[in-house]
Amino acid sequence: MNQNETILRVKNLSKSFGEKQVLSDINIEVLKGETMVIIGMSGSGKSVLIKCLIGLITPDTGEINILNNDLLSLKKKALNTLRTKLGFLFQSAALYDSMTVQENLAFPMRNNFDLSKAEKLTAMEKVLEEVGLAGTLQQMPAELSGGMRKRLGLARTLIMQPEFIFYDEPTTGLDPITSKEISELILQVQEKYNTSSILITHDMACAKLTANRMIVLKDGKIADEGNYESLAKSPISWIQNLFQ
Amino acid sequence: MKSIVDTFFNFLLNQLYRIGQFGLFLQHSFSSLFSTQSEWKETAKQCYLIGYKTLPLVGITGFIMGLVLTIQTRPTLSDFGAESWLPAMVSVSIVREIGPVITALICAGKVGSGIGAELGSMNVTEQIDAMEVSGTNPFNYLVVTRILACAFMLPLLTIYNDIISMLGSFMGVNIMGEVSIRLFFASALSEISFLDIFSSLIKTFFFGLAIGIISTYQGYYAQKGTVGVGAAANASVVISSLLIFILDMVAVQISSLFS
Ligand SMILES: Nc1ncnc2c1ncn2[C@@H]1O[C@H](COP(=O)(O)OP(=O)(O)OP(=O)(O)O)[C@@H](O)[C@H]1O
Ligand SMILES: [Mg+2]
Repeated sequence: MNQNETILRVKNLSKSFGEKQVLSDINIEVLKGETMVIIGMSGSGKSVLIKCLIGLITPDTGEINILNNDLLSLKKKALNTLRTKLGFLFQSAALYDSMTVQENLAFPMRNNFDLSKAEKLTAMEKVLEEVGLAGTLQQMPAELSGGMRKRLGLARTLIMQPEFIFYDEPTTGLDPITSKEISELILQVQEKYNTSSILITHDMACAKLTANRMIVLKDGKIADEGNYESLAKSPISWIQNLFQ
Repeated sequence: MKSIVDTFFNFLLNQLYRIGQFGLFLQHSFSSLFSTQSEWKETAKQCYLIGYKTLPLVGITGFIMGLVLTIQTRPTLSDFGAESWLPAMVSVSIVREIGPVITALICAGKVGSGIGAELGSMNVTEQIDAMEVSGTNPFNYLVVTRILACAFMLPLLTIYNDIISMLGSFMGVNIMGEVSIRLFFASALSEISFLDIFSSLIKTFFFGLAIGIISTYQGYYAQKGTVGVGAAANASVVISSLLIFILDMVAVQISSLFS
């Protein structure tokens, strides 16, 4: 496979809610194996952008091509098949409150009939171990701390070994040590499986570690892009402030 | 002046929007009922939860209802010297009318509010979105299963309620003077026809359908925020209770055509 293959291409994407223009004319390309980090102030439209990219929000105009699929023209069934190859970590973790940790992790695998029960269990234990939650299989999400919930959300995202992952603030609300471990885990996943991803974060240590390229979003527009070093030295003061 | 007109138009638009949304929801529900990727396992689980959780409540209310109804009907009947009709009279009102309606109202209160609040909070906390991105159709998994479970369980709960009510009534009859349980049931069932039972089952199937549809709709499209969850639970109960009475009225008209 060509290493420089474009795996996600977004063209002229715009979205407004009522009168409010949340995204305007966004263009993004992500290559195979690349991590694209999106930063920007609160309310700049980062979460809405990645929700458009997985089909949770339908944009007003624009094209989205992901893993060689024209996302906006896919039928329900094809979309569900595609989604089994995508991972999405919600900013709010979005754990299933009425299910145990084990059932939460099993949910993304419920339509996967290739794996046996035992194989699924092994996969669950392994991924919990990786995010530092070993031994919590039987607990309910309500019994976990905020940071543990976040990590469980991450485990649920990673368990299917997706080809493309969207992370919405994976380290927010975690202590610096756990944050660093999670950032390293994200890096490891990328290196091990050659996963491509888009990662939204306010945590510059995480951005520094994981970013291959970065985009700065402001009021729904791409204000600047580049790698970590070049953006950190940006002459524009508010962009520089994001790095503090 | 302008602002009143504006508010009115906004209100009207909003209502039209809700009606359209509900229409689509109905169409989507019915087409999914027959889809190939039905969630039978989850439907069975919901049947169990809905049925099992309301069993004690339905039982207690049914028992008290039968008992009270019997005690209160007795003086009127004995005025006419028709006390021996007591079991038949009470059981006819239970099977035809009170059993189905009371069971449905209890379920609207307990199951409807539960579904409204559960789906509402799942919506607010992005759990429905999470299901969607993990490649499961949340509509089939959450909505269709619950509608089916309500529609299947309500007739069963009604039968259960009828039986317990009869036992309550038997107690009521036995407070004054002794009647054997055999004689009681022989007398109670003498006036009940197959049509009574059949139409009560059909009726409660539709009551269940109404509770399921209304409360899943309210929850699935709950407004964001905790206020939205409360409003969804509330609207589920109010609207489905109202609908139960309306359907009951329609059912009476239809069954009077047959008898
Ligand atoms: N469903 C919606 N309906 C209406 N407006 C919305 C909706 N979702 C988001 N918005 C608006 O879109 C804007 C961008 O929201 P978004 O969640 O993308 O911000 P964000 O960049 O992720 O911020 P944060 O860093 O705080 O998470 C906000 O002003 C928000 O009010
Ligand atoms: Mg966000």
